[in-house]
Order: sequence, then C-alpha cells, then structure tokens
Amino acid sequence: MKAKEAGMSLIVKRITKITVSLIFLFGVYIVLHGHLTPGGGFAGGVIIALSFIHLVLAFGKEIALKKFSESAASLTESLGGLMFLGVGLLGLLGGYFFLNILPHGKTFDLFSSGIIVLCNIAIFLKVGAGLFSIFIAMAILKIPLEDNQENK
Amino acid sequence: MIELHLILFLMIIGAVVAMEIEDLLSSIIALGAVGMGLTLEFLLLRAPDLAITQLVVEILSLIILIKATVSVDIQAKKTRTNPYYFIFALLFVAVFLWFSYKAVVQLPAFGQPLMKMGGQYIAEAAKKTSAANIVAAIILDFRGYDTLGEATILFTSVIGVLAVLRKTGRKK
Amino acid sequence: MCFILFAIGLYCLLVKKNLIKKIIGLGITEYAINLFFILLGYRSGGEAPILDKQTANLNFVDPLPQALILTSIVIGLGVTALMVAIAVRIYEKYRTFDINQIRKLKG
Repeated sequence: MKAKEAGMSLIVKRITKITVSLIFLFGVYIVLHGHLTPGGGFAGGVIIALSFIHLVLAFGKEIALKKFSESAASLTESLGGLMFLGVGLLGLLGGYFFLNILPHGKTFDLFSSGIIVLCNIAIFLKVGAGLFSIFIAMAILKIPLEDNQENK
Repeated sequence: MIELHLILFLMIIGAVVAMEIEDLLSSIIALGAVGMGLTLEFLLLRAPDLAITQLVVEILSLIILIKATVSVDIQAKKTRTNPYYFIFALLFVAVFLWFSYKAVVQLPAFGQPLMKMGGQYIAEAAKKTSAANIVAAIILDFRGYDTLGEATILFTSVIGVLAVLRKTGRKK
Repeated sequence: MCFILFAIGLYCLLVKKNLIKKIIGLGITEYAINLFFILLGYRSGGEAPILDKQTANLNFVDPLPQALILTSIVIGLGVTALMVAIAVRIYEKYRTFDINQIRKLKG
C-alpha cells in the first residue's frame, strides 16, 4: 500500500512557508494597535490561531505539533486568563475594580492608555491558544470508517 | 441606503439556498456566503471593528464545520417529513413575525438613535482614557467586567470541546 | 427587514431533520440578531467611532451596541464549536445524522 504523505501538495507547502509568518505578524500588529485602529484583542487572537491552523492544514499535524505542543497551548491559555484577572484586580489598589491606574500618555502614542494594552495582550493569548486547542482536538479524533462491532 | 437593502436581499437568497440544498458541503459554503454579506453590511454601517472580527470568525467557523462534515460519511437522504411539523412551524413563524412587526414600529426611526449613554461615552473617552478607538475603550475600560465574562465563556467552551472529544479507549 | 432572515433561520432550525442543517439554521439566526442590533444604532451621515487627529468632533454612530455585539460574535463561535463537537460524537455512536433514527436507536 502506498504510504500516505501528510499534508497537501508541494505548491501549498512552499507558499505556506512564506505566508504563515506574514499572517502572524499582521495578527500581532492588530493586537498591539488595538486602542488606535479598529481591531482589538479578539480579532487579533483569532488571526494568530488561524496562522497556526494554516500550518497544520498544509503540513499535517505532527510537524505543527512540534512547534506548539498541546501542553504549551493549555499553559498559554491559563496564563492569559490569569493575567487578565490580575490586571483587573490591580485596579483594586486604586479604588474600585478595573480602575485604570497605569499612566496615560498622550493620546496617539503607542503606549498611551494605561490598562488597555495589557488587557489586549491577555485576551489575545487566551483566545489564540484556546482556538488552537479546539482545532487540534478535532484533528486528532479519527472516526472509524468500518463497523467492527456487532449491531444492536 | 439602497445598497443595504440589496445586500440584505442577497443574504436572504443565500440563507434559503443554505437551507434547501441536500448536499451538506454546498450548504456550508452558502452559509459562508451569508457571513461575507454580513461583513459588507457591517462596513456599510460604519463599524470596522465588527467587520474584522466577523470576517475572521466566519472563516474559522467554516473550517470547523467542514472539518467535522468531510471526515464523516456525507449522506442526506430525503425522508418523508411529518406534515404536522411543517404546519405548526409555519404557524409559529407567522405569529412571531406579526408580533415583531408590531414591536419594531415603536422603535425610533432608522437613522436617528437616541444616544443617551453613547453620547456620554463619546464625550468622555478622550479625556478619561486617552484612547483613540472608542469601541475598544468601552469594552476594556468602561465595561471591562463584561469582557471578563466573555473570556470565561470562551474558556468554558474550550474545556467542553476537549472533554467531549476525548479518545475512546475505555470499553470496546 | 432583517426579521425575515431571523424567521428563515428559525424555520430551518425547527423543520429540518439533519443535525448539521440545524446547526446551520442556528448560525443564520445568530447573524440576523447581530445585524438587527447594529441597525438600531446607526445615525444617518455618521462616521465610524474612531477619533482622529484631523476630525475634531464629527457625527459619530452609536458605539455602545458595537461593543456588545463584538462580544456576541465571539461567543457565537464558541457555541458553534461546541455544537459541532457534540454532533461528531453523536455520529460516532449512532452512525447517522438523522434525528428520527437517533430517537429510535435508544441503546
């Protein structure tokens, strides 16, 4: 029986090597400029997850799992959630929950408004790692194509 | 406003196509077309944040649906539907449409919203948060608690998917 | 006028017998609801709610519904993913997607 090669054809693999890094960079740009241009944490996180899924679809899941294994994804997601909660609780020092206590710069700088950049980064870690875990769980599951057991 | 109605009409045609076609893969692609139409509508209604998010979420949900449909056997045979279902469903939808029409004419006219909270958010966003994107300032600073709730929902759904799709190795 | 889209999605959810068709119907319903909320907050001749160096204080559309619907779009993705996972499991156990047969084969 012919050995099945994982992933898609050669043209797709060549193009994927170029475009995956571009998609990743674009996603990071959208997350970091979340308070200046439209975008924010959610859309950027989904774009980052899409870049990893692109890698899995083109190369097969073994090679992609070497770059970002499942336990690392789970760790990243928990870290993002805890960071969001921690940043929120830090506002308790100022007065009430989620107060914006880090210094505000001028309006159109990159690091201007205090808490928003950190919140965006926390959300992006959480959404990206979570959606990647969902896709890996669906890719690993194999449905048996023939019925071996007796029917009821 | 003519282009809003035009794209809405195309979305309705796409939804009817997605509903009636027997082949599962084609109806999923028709759902993708409805989602892209929704992205264009968001752009026409001046909401660029939502257009970006809707576009990438649409692509991801298409990938998940196709992944689950292709790996199983696609068969959609036409069984005889019970006529009682059909009549009751049509009756329910007709009553719902009538009541919603009577409710919608009470809302303020299209194009003049009463922006009590919105006006205050716009006036204070530059002074208090010094962020240029007003929508991002709302979801992360003025209403950050709701975003925490949404992060929790995403976390729960990831746990749910990972718990349902475990490898069955227990009893064979 | 987007209630017609909502009614199509609801009808598809109620009548169709295939599980995947029901998931598609729920997706159409969710698109219709998101569209309805954004239509409520539109101001004629308004601009996108992003401050800029040139525009001082123009007519902005309502930013509050946009913030809420942004959350709702991402939640819709989570719900769809969970439904598809459960549907895959049902297929693995019953070998069919038809809800009439699933009701009959009750283990």
